[in-house]
Amino acid sequence: MSINSKIVKDFENNNVEFITTVPCKQLAGVIEVIDNSEKIFHIPANKEDEGMGLCAGAYMGGKRSAIIMQNTAIGVTINTLATLIQYYHFPLPMLISYRGELGEPVACQVEMAIHTKALLKQMNIPTYHFHHPDDAQEFDAILKHTFMCNKPTAILTDASFWNKASSQEGTA
Amino acid sequence: MIRSDVLKTLIPVISDKLVVCNIGLPSQELHMLDDQPSNFYMLGTMGLSSSIGLGLALAQKDKVIAIDGDGSVLTNFGTLPTIANNVADNFILLIIDNGSYGSTGDQPTYAGKKTSLAAVAKACGCENVVECSAEDTVGALKAALDSNKMTIIVSKCESGNIPVPVITMDPVVIAHRFMSEVKTRN
Repeated sequence: MSINSKIVKDFENNNVEFITTVPCKQLAGVIEVIDNSEKIFHIPANKEDEGMGLCAGAYMGGKRSAIIMQNTAIGVTINTLATLIQYYHFPLPMLISYRGELGEPVACQVEMAIHTKALLKQMNIPTYHFHHPDDAQEFDAILKHTFMCNKPTAILTDASFWNKASSQEGTA
Repeated sequence: MIRSDVLKTLIPVISDKLVVCNIGLPSQELHMLDDQPSNFYMLGTMGLSSSIGLGLALAQKDKVIAIDGDGSVLTNFGTLPTIANNVADNFILLIIDNGSYGSTGDQPTYAGKKTSLAAVAKACGCENVVECSAEDTVGALKAALDSNKMTIIVSKCESGNIPVPVITMDPVVIAHRFMSEVKTRN
């Protein structure tokens, strides 16, 4: 199973039925699989704070929700995380493309990468970093943990994770 | 008529409906006029009433009215294309457009100048957009509810506020009470 299919299968198995996305090149594959899933309603958002509003509404409507976005969005969503998601105790898995790490071709991406973990720590958001394809084995447990504790959680997925996963699939 | 006058006329129609209400004075006024378990009050996060309302409408069957303001829609303009392209016929977005940031001291918004939110909503692809006077708002809302079509209502009213207490209810209580109410309707 490809890494994208594995991630989406974990979402489906945890009854995540509503996912909003703001795209990133690294996340293109997983977004495509989500778009084709019959069990998940995919709603692209124009901005990540808007996406979190959609997720909060869907959750109150009885559907588990999640957001897929770039780490640059942490800068956009601090207020929404504090005053909506955390304040009302909404669970929200955030599958995040961790741009600006090793292998990054775009220098400007490093500027938010160096703040990403510090901001998440400051917000007391449980944070997981997928660097090697095997790290994705924990994704199912992270989703269960998120909906157990009703908190936002961050899953940072870096270029090494995506590159190694796709090269493993290529040789499999 | 100012916003609180408009809200007062709406109460008989929205009292038993799922309502997501905008941050600040609109939520405080609704809470004071007619607190209901079917009301979700936003205590923070300017701009997201329409997004929360759309997410709620897409996730369950009951009708949802999101009460928003012109300043909040301007803050989250990206919401209008998302609404237009993800039609939920159980969703009504009611924008109380008083041309000002009411909760922060009535500073003018661009919606009170050259920008028409109804025209923007139409340009974004929203199919049922109604602009009405403050006095006609309750009629427009009734018609939208009866139509069973996703509708955007822009209610043009005057700028101004009344003294109103803050909401002291805990946010987790607001959400839990609201979610329990949603559950009984689905």
